[in-house]
Amino acid sequence: MQVRVQDAGFDFGSELSAFSENRENVGAVVGFLGLVRDDTGNLEALEIEHYPGMCESAIAAMVDQARARWDLADALVIHRHGRLAVGAQIMMVATAARHRVAAFEAAEFLMDYLKSRAPFWKKEVSRDGTAWVAAKDIDEDALSRWQG
Amino acid sequence: MLDIVYFAWVRERIGLPRERVETSAATVLDLVAELRAREPRYEAAFADTSALRVALDQQLAGFDSPLAGVREVAFFPPMTGG
Repeated sequence: MQVRVQDAGFDFGSELSAFSENRENVGAVVGFLGLVRDDTGNLEALEIEHYPGMCESAIAAMVDQARARWDLADALVIHRHGRLAVGAQIMMVATAARHRVAAFEAAEFLMDYLKSRAPFWKKEVSRDGTAWVAAKDIDEDALSRWQG
Repeated sequence: MLDIVYFAWVRERIGLPRERVETSAATVLDLVAELRAREPRYEAAFADTSALRVALDQQLAGFDSPLAGVREVAFFPPMTGG
């Protein structure tokens, strides 16, 4: 299991290849890549603030929960912070499991938790100024399907 | 002594990323009441605690949590990662 919170970019292809190498009892690897999206045509960048230390421990706890729930061989989470231009890679999740259902579901679970339980805050920098991104109800709803 | 850290708009409203305070507050809510009484910028930041989250020693917690033994309290808006 690896959790990396970093300012630097990463190479999704190489990360996924390295993550998939030397596996014996693994039949499925799922990789997710998140990019900075421009919904309005005005966005220049996102500034991502983070809580050093808590980010790593909160994500590690999410990975532990995923491992308790699915038969996972391994997981990798990389999340960037700092200023990221439109189109930049923000984060990636990879999961490895014997079977694809576990790999897919665990990756979605990790994504859903990262959205609203990992201490990152996005600020939009657009041509009109800056604004903090508000948490969305839809992200809380996404979490509720994993609970109870 | 307690370290308090602020993130995102809470940090901007208060104008500080972190500070160290001398407090005898028993719970997070007591601490919030002390901070609000200090200055208008704290009052503005803590006006609606339902819009805030709190972590004690880097673990999410409730506002009614006790502060005994806690070294670092963090206040921030709902998280927007991913």
